[in-house]
Amino acid sequence: MTNTKLRSLDDLKQKIEQESSRKAEEKRSVLIVSAGTCGQARGSLKVIDSLEKEIQKRNLEDRIAVKITGCHGFCEAEPNIIIQPNNLFYQNVQPKDAEAIIEETILNGQVIDRLLYREPGTEETTLAGPDIGFYKKQMRIVLGDNEHIEPIKIDDYFAVGGYSAIAKVLQEMSPEEVIEEIKKSGLRGRGGAGFPTGNKWAFSRKAKGDKKYIICNADEGDPGAYMDRSLMEGNPHRVLEGMIIGAYAIGADEGYIYIRDEYPVALKHITTAIQNAEKLGLLGDDILGSGFNFKVHISRGAGAFVCGEETAMIESIEGGVGVPRQRPPFPSVKGLWKKPTNINNVETWGNVPIIINKGADWYAKIGTANSKGTKIFSLVGKINNTGLVEVPMGITLREVIYDVGGGIPENKAFKAVQTGGPSGGCLPAEKLDLPIDYASLIEAGSIMGSGGMIVMDENTCMVDVAKYFLNFLRDESCGKCMSCREGTQRLWEIVDKITTGKGKMADMQLLEELSIAVKDASMCGLGQTAANPVLSTLRYFKDEYITHIKDKKCPAGVCKELITYSVIDENCTGCLTCKKVCPSGAVSGELKEIHSIDREKCIKCGACLEACNFDAIKVE
Amino acid sequence: MIKMFINNLEVQAEEGWTIRDACEFYGLEIPTLCYDPGLSNYGGCRLCLVEIGKSPDTKLVSSCTYPCEEGLNVHTDTKRVIKARKMMIELMLSVAPGSKVIQDLASKFGVTQMRFEVRNEECVMCGLCIRMCAEQMDAKAIGFQNRGYKRKISTPFDAKSKVCRECGGCMYVCPACQARCQGPNAEDPVCNACLQMDPTCVDVYGEATCWMYDAGRCGTCVRPPEAESEKQGSVKE
Repeated sequence: MTNTKLRSLDDLKQKIEQESSRKAEEKRSVLIVSAGTCGQARGSLKVIDSLEKEIQKRNLEDRIAVKITGCHGFCEAEPNIIIQPNNLFYQNVQPKDAEAIIEETILNGQVIDRLLYREPGTEETTLAGPDIGFYKKQMRIVLGDNEHIEPIKIDDYFAVGGYSAIAKVLQEMSPEEVIEEIKKSGLRGRGGAGFPTGNKWAFSRKAKGDKKYIICNADEGDPGAYMDRSLMEGNPHRVLEGMIIGAYAIGADEGYIYIRDEYPVALKHITTAIQNAEKLGLLGDDILGSGFNFKVHISRGAGAFVCGEETAMIESIEGGVGVPRQRPPFPSVKGLWKKPTNINNVETWGNVPIIINKGADWYAKIGTANSKGTKIFSLVGKINNTGLVEVPMGITLREVIYDVGGGIPENKAFKAVQTGGPSGGCLPAEKLDLPIDYASLIEAGSIMGSGGMIVMDENTCMVDVAKYFLNFLRDESCGKCMSCREGTQRLWEIVDKITTGKGKMADMQLLEELSIAVKDASMCGLGQTAANPVLSTLRYFKDEYITHIKDKKCPAGVCKELITYSVIDENCTGCLTCKKVCPSGAVSGELKEIHSIDREKCIKCGACLEACNFDAIKVE
Repeated sequence: MIKMFINNLEVQAEEGWTIRDACEFYGLEIPTLCYDPGLSNYGGCRLCLVEIGKSPDTKLVSSCTYPCEEGLNVHTDTKRVIKARKMMIELMLSVAPGSKVIQDLASKFGVTQMRFEVRNEECVMCGLCIRMCAEQMDAKAIGFQNRGYKRKISTPFDAKSKVCRECGGCMYVCPACQARCQGPNAEDPVCNACLQMDPTCVDVYGEATCWMYDAGRCGTCVRPPEAESEKQGSVKE
């Protein structure tokens, strides 16, 4: 492998060809282990270690290779291994399985049944990764390369045709043509607001100024959402390539990646990627002899949710406190250090190379009338196949939750799905057939957001959910606007009162009035959407609020102040199990006698309910 | 000159003016709290809200920070503005009921109830003191700490400031440092002792373009709500 600087477009094309053929000529079996943050948390590094030791012990280095990649998206199956050339998919692999995998699967060609994926419900096993229900309905045009790339190796990115979009842009297209192509593709910002990317670029291009900046917004802060992290960990060059194309189109010569410091792996990979790209001359002065200069810096965020808002992010990069500014002037006119600045989200940048490579027409065929392409969602909560899913726009919520997500564990009933992060909304079962796009979600009272998707089952209390998100937002509000700072605090107080049985019917009216005021009066996107958790739960689950207030009961059995635990006499066998687990000594009764729970002593932790094997504990 | 519309009237604004500046120039009163002509514009109290844009895509913005734009459509006293503004005053009352400035705002804009639990913090985080200290006194002795509901104003590390000259500028501009008058309702969270009891026309008729340019405040052309259906034409939409 040569790492000499690429001085011309021909050099780049040659490099891409060379790496692609190197990949095609790979004769060894390749064990692809996913080792993103999530994989590492589930022990993939230990698996890699034991696999490598096993290969070394048997001197099989020339027959088997281990590839350490970013996230494959399938969190539920982590750590998982894809074995090439057959794409055999093993899930939940433990270090002790290394010997069996090498001995049985690679050397003897046998499939290890216990490591295969089983579809929820049917328990049918599937051999190859792409045939698994979780992957079947997905369209992984952005995340798909994660499986083929060792993120710290730029050559792997070349091998999948990486940086070919830059060659195309620099050779064939003027900046205006690039912008036109992005406009035609219908790509909209993936960070939340869904502003058409091509238009944004055009504004920045048109803005007067000798110096322009671009920023990659990687300040992903939604609870339970990690789309951007996975893309940066697994395929950092994809994001860089998008940024280089964007900079060329806009006329920027400097870029920033604003990444939260809580993402150490992503930070490491993107830093390495920038260094490698600089070494090869894909970043820096006179890129590939074209005369176009572009440098990328990294700016580490301290973890404030509000810094995902573009003007607050600019403040933060400049060294100030992350507080939003008044728009207009918009960043595309007056942004970072008062220069025209274009900000796009990680996933938006990641979509750019494929639009250039495959063409805007190809891209615009995916999706619905107003939302094109694919969207990555992080599907979490009460769902069988937790993971990152990339689906075409226009797919229904039902398909995502039941076909891709494999439904709800223990066959419990679906209650709601929360989309769009903390400032999104909760959609009930009757909205399951809603096709997902920007407009339809807003219509239904939620937002696309950056792609969080939290599934809730019958055991979820919607008032409690609203309280959870309000608690997040009152903490993350920057505190500048009265409406947002005091408004979210007061909303939380009222909802808290309701969940502890102190609510009044008049509070419902106040909640609604205050929510609308917070939404109307706040300056930035955070405040303007902060009331959504309340408004959407009030819209679809009003009766739950009323039950909390009038009957002082929590139907889902979540709000501690409103529930009681008791023993169902007919079912109790007197086995002492609940008595043993009770931390507060509230359970009384002798062996083979019916037990009872002392309500005074009970701390409502639910330990007895979980421990009981005879369904003899009742929650009301 | 920028041509724009305020309450359907074509007006001209100078380059660099905010909507509030233009309204002030044309004699339209916009309530403010965190605004001071000698300090930079902040936009934190959200009292100076106006509705901009064309129906149905209108939105509320703080007029003290929003620049005048060519062709901009501004409405200063719509139902939506008034509702949001009243709620802001109610929220302010809940944390700083002891402030005369805020009690007066409540009376002036007809805020007669306060439905939240009183938290006598007295500070509404308008940031006037911080800007006074930094911009006029050139001291930068105080600033915001923390964020969200934990936000507070203090010196760095809460230590005694070495740059503070104890000029009192911060107290001079503070709306909460003006204690409320000890009238008949001094103990209640909402005083309302000087409340204008006439119904305001905007509450009754929706958006009203008053010929006095004082929509909703003088009360002269307003009849009680029951007379509304009989003589609807007399207040122009």
